[in-house]
Amino acid sequence: MIQLRNIKKAYKTEFTSLQVLKGIDLIIEEGEFVSIMGSSGSGKSTLLNILGILDDYDEGTYTLAGELMKNLSEKQAAYYRNRFIGFVFQSFNLLNFKTAVENVALPLYYQKVNRDQRLEKAMHYLEMVGLKDWSDHHPNQLSGGQQQRVAIARAMVTEPKVLLADEPTGALDSTTSHEVMNLFQEIHQNGKTVVLVTHEQDIAEKTERIINIQDGLILNSNE
Amino acid sequence: MFDRDTWQEILATIRKHKLRTALTALGVFWGIFMLIFMLGMGEGLRNAVFRDFGSRAKNVMYVWSSPTSKPYRGFQPGRVPRLNLDDITYLDENVDGIDYIAPRTTISGSISYNENVESYNIRGELSDMITVEGYKVYKGRYIQPSDIEESRKVIVIGKRVAEVLFGKGEWDKAIGKYITANGVEFQVVGIFGPEFLKPWTQEDLEATVIPLTTMHRAFGTGGQIHYFAVSALPQYKVSDIENDVKSILQQRHSVSPQDPRGIGGFNLEKEFDKITGLFNSISVFLWIVGIGTLIAGVIGVSNIMMIVVKERTKEIGIRKALGATPGVIIRSILTESIVITLISGYLGLLAGTLLIGSIDYIMEYNEINVQMFYNPEVSLQVGIGALLILIISGTIAGFIPGMMAAKVNPVLALKDE
Ligand SMILES: Nc1ncnc2c1ncn2[C@@H]1O[C@H](COP(=O)(O)OP(=O)(O)OP(=O)(O)O)[C@@H](O)[C@H]1O
Ligand SMILES: [Mg+2]
Repeated sequence: MIQLRNIKKAYKTEFTSLQVLKGIDLIIEEGEFVSIMGSSGSGKSTLLNILGILDDYDEGTYTLAGELMKNLSEKQAAYYRNRFIGFVFQSFNLLNFKTAVENVALPLYYQKVNRDQRLEKAMHYLEMVGLKDWSDHHPNQLSGGQQQRVAIARAMVTEPKVLLADEPTGALDSTTSHEVMNLFQEIHQNGKTVVLVTHEQDIAEKTERIINIQDGLILNSNE
Repeated sequence: MFDRDTWQEILATIRKHKLRTALTALGVFWGIFMLIFMLGMGEGLRNAVFRDFGSRAKNVMYVWSSPTSKPYRGFQPGRVPRLNLDDITYLDENVDGIDYIAPRTTISGSISYNENVESYNIRGELSDMITVEGYKVYKGRYIQPSDIEESRKVIVIGKRVAEVLFGKGEWDKAIGKYITANGVEFQVVGIFGPEFLKPWTQEDLEATVIPLTTMHRAFGTGGQIHYFAVSALPQYKVSDIENDVKSILQQRHSVSPQDPRGIGGFNLEKEFDKITGLFNSISVFLWIVGIGTLIAGVIGVSNIMMIVVKERTKEIGIRKALGATPGVIIRSILTESIVITLISGYLGLLAGTLLIGSIDYIMEYNEINVQMFYNPEVSLQVGIGALLILIISGTIAGFIPGMMAAKVNPVLALKDE
């Protein structure tokens, strides 16, 4: 599903250049449940952003579902983000002036699905994350765990090829963290490819495979 | 473009920043209000000036004779050519583009009815002078072609003449009565006056008019005419026939073609064009000033949209991460900018039109008559033009902020602090 070959990425400013990824080779098969671990500043988020087509890379090749993700125009990038990828953030990133169901429906808006269908489908995914009764609440009326579940429903609503999550439990207490992880587990069991970044060992241990990244290189990838 | 989500967002930002949006909107409101108000007042000036022209023909020139200033064909300078009815007939038949010719000969007269004797000018005319001058006929009719052909002894008298001869409230009784002019009896067929009462039109109230043919026959004026008015057919300009008319008259009366005097004239059309031109320049000036004010408002909107984009960087980042294309993002910013501009501009248009309308109404209702100001108005074209300008300026105002929004980098926008 995901194939990275010798991915390099540097953050350049006028005077300095910080080589963050120094040649990442990685293959993630369809249906895998993978976590990426590493110390702070090791380049986990950078790698995940490249996987999510939010960022570009300097060298190497990235193939997602058989399609080469390189030199994309803004419009193509938007298309792949919308159709191939569901992204979950540490800080939820919901739109505060929209209700839960409207937040979930938003990605479908960019697929030009009509409003009724959007809301119907969004409702279905809210039900999946157990928040059907909260559909017309605004994000600030929801707890952190609930907000993250809304965000997961939003990531799933387009039925993406992969679900990416950058420290999805980073802002949650341990009980809600486990609820959220159970949700990822469930999604994985339904056959979705899931990749998440974390630096909590117990979270990582819930996944099938842990990828350790250090200093811009993959250390090992144990089963 | 105008689906519920777009509206929701626009309303959300407006609600969140009521004062800021209102202040921005005020700039555009004021710009369009000033534009409409100034154009409306300008129209008032224009209408006042053109009102004085009234329904008189504008495509007209007046021709008369004056002492020559050059010797020619053995004649000494200083001679006054005598224009006559034959000249009129000749011109009418030989100059292309003439609509009608209205000559006039004026003699002083003594007009009497019963014991009342008054002195008023008697004008001899053909039937068309009323079309040139746009006279008002209070009762009865003006001189007609059949009066001319049959040299009828009919007379049209000014309203004041009728009042003096027949009594103030009884002026309309004059119709059908016989009055004596310079010893000859005429039947009154009409009572007339100028279209607008002005110091320089008073004399029309105190004049009497008879057929020119009758005048020549009864008062020994021998075919002479004092001046005439020529109007051009609609597809001609009177300036086109001015030279033809003048050179024919110079030829017929042995006036040197180089003589600026001898045959004189006044081209009303030229004066009219000058005034029209003046008002067109005033309009252009007002548009420029108005649009200048509007541009200030539009820059305000653009600034605010810039701030909106800055504030919503995170939101835009989220949208891009979810698959919003640059086009969608630019469009939403443009829509918001156009909506703000259009709503505030429309209110400005409404307020300006309303103000102009009430000024017009109040002036009309209280019969306020100002010399240089009459019937201010905002034409439909101006309104439509203003709306078009608003849409265009709203688009321009939103364009740069929209481009900025489209360039937002989702990774940077979503960095967790
Ligand atoms: N936009 C940027 N410009 C310059 N340097 C950056 C940028 N983003 C990240 N970096 C740097 O790149 C390195 C890797 O950052 P990254 O966010 O990928 O780390 P991370 O592994 O996710 O760390 P954390 O666990 O703290 O989230 C860090 O040293 C960071 O300072
Ligand atoms: Mg990180």
